[in-house]
Amino acid sequence: MNTQSSSTTKPPPPPAKWSVPGIGLLKGMVVTAKNMIQSYYRKERMTTVQYPEERVPISPNFRNFPFLCYDGEDPKAGLRCTACTICETECPPQCIYIVIERDENGKSLKRPKVFDIDVSVCMNCGICAEVCPFDSIYMDGEYELSTQDRFNGLLFHLDRLSKPADYHLKLRPVEAGEVAVRRKAEVDKKRAVQAAKEAKAQTDKDKATPEPITKGEPA
Amino acid sequence: MISDPATSLTSAVLAPGADDDQLLHVSLGPQHPSTHGVFRMNVVLDGETVVRLKPVFGYLHRNHEKIAEGTSYLASMPYTDRLDYICPLSNNWAYAQAVEKLAGIEVPERAEFIRVILGELTRLINHSAFAGFILGDMGAWGSALMYAFREREKILDIFEELTGARMMANFMRFGGCRNDLPEGWSAKVSRLVDDYGPFLDEMEKFLVGNEILLSRTLNVGSLPREVLINGGITGPMLRAAGVPYDIRKVDPYGIYERFDFRIPLGATGDCYDRIMIRFLEMRESLKILRQALDHLPDGPIIHPKAKIRNFIEGPKGELGFHLISDGTTRPYRYRIRPPSFINLTLIEDMCLGLDLADVVIILGSIDIVLGEVDR
Repeated sequence: MNTQSSSTTKPPPPPAKWSVPGIGLLKGMVVTAKNMIQSYYRKERMTTVQYPEERVPISPNFRNFPFLCYDGEDPKAGLRCTACTICETECPPQCIYIVIERDENGKSLKRPKVFDIDVSVCMNCGICAEVCPFDSIYMDGEYELSTQDRFNGLLFHLDRLSKPADYHLKLRPVEAGEVAVRRKAEVDKKRAVQAAKEAKAQTDKDKATPEPITKGEPA
Repeated sequence: MISDPATSLTSAVLAPGADDDQLLHVSLGPQHPSTHGVFRMNVVLDGETVVRLKPVFGYLHRNHEKIAEGTSYLASMPYTDRLDYICPLSNNWAYAQAVEKLAGIEVPERAEFIRVILGELTRLINHSAFAGFILGDMGAWGSALMYAFREREKILDIFEELTGARMMANFMRFGGCRNDLPEGWSAKVSRLVDDYGPFLDEMEKFLVGNEILLSRTLNVGSLPREVLINGGITGPMLRAAGVPYDIRKVDPYGIYERFDFRIPLGATGDCYDRIMIRFLEMRESLKILRQALDHLPDGPIIHPKAKIRNFIEGPKGELGFHLISDGTTRPYRYRIRPPSFINLTLIEDMCLGLDLADVVIILGSIDIVLGEVDR
């Protein structure tokens, strides 16, 4: 074994039993009294926060229960979620329930018809937010989720889960800012590609169909 | 006292001359405040003296191992937080390391340093809380625990800032850590490490000379070293009896061989030694933390990109994850070796012939967390 260095705890000599009866107890009481008095004026001992009147500000990394992010004003139209169901599959306690919205041919419309999360099952691990490739699901900072409605009150539907992108920006400025920049770049790139494609299509079309010969005015 | 753990579980040990109907059967728990969770002990008493003790557990069984075999490797990570919920980051570390060995993933240096820092902070949390709890077991309920929890709370705040949760960290990933340190985080840890020494001095001052503590813990619950080793006891429990076994030294994992620290050893292995060994370990942890913070390198925190047993020295002892992979995304077999559970197995031998009041202290000195015992 390579535990070369080792020190030994030395048990102190056993106390002189009943030298003066109760002296140990008295000593203990003095220590207690000292600490009690100090707790009224020493700053490092006054650690209690009077919740709910006082609240400690939460750190940007704090996570508790997921929410769905949407762009713009309309939570339905701007929802980033594409109902890919990656979070549903990866969720360790399986508390996410998604139904994909489909058209009459059964083709996915890339948005969720139902998106439910069960608060009573969710363990706030944040894996859904980690695996989401569409910057849609994030962990919230809200921690007062208790309710008296035991069944319906603990199943959050799409309307309660959707929160605007501004909320995310306020909650985690750095992360949300990065996401916003990246998303904008992606949209710009997509637009540029689209524009290039359109331009190319236009030029191809122009080449393929030669300009109609304008008939000259009859002389 | 019985020296062989195997015989004590089968043979009835009665006080000489005691008739069976003179004995009192007491069920301690499962809802007993001193049993540290839902844990029951069936105790047979002859007057005040314990003549038989059978631990009963399983009240907090959550089927963790089987659930883990049915989900992806990553999905088990948040469940490991909930094993020993006092020290989630050690569990994260042990599990992440097992999967890394299985998959052959290398961990960047910065991530290894962060892991050491988090692992040692977790040790501080565990041992401080232990000091509070054991005094609670002795009847000093409240004050001592609150002192310990005041310090623990500071570390939990640090954890929250980094991992997003006070206890359920879910922070380690296969090949590194989930996110990098926030700004000013290591300065905060550094300040905490500086301030922790005075707290330990204070707590030790309360404990060491206290008459009540000495009379309740000296020569209580010690067992011969051979019995402890045969029983598979690990961690501070084993080292308090003077056996130099710490995985950080005998089989260094992570980057522990780079740090300069010592393994404190006890002399007799009684409850007093078990308390003091944890204080000495905290002082060694502070040394490791200081070195790790001073040499924290820059760099990535996660790697860009069988059958395995992996053990780490958790705050409570040897914490092992045994994984068997069949090449799919799910583990074929997922087994945990929880230190609390194995350390608990010799409780009968420790308690026989002692008073009922000592049982509570001995149980406290083993330092169990039921989330880990029952899984």
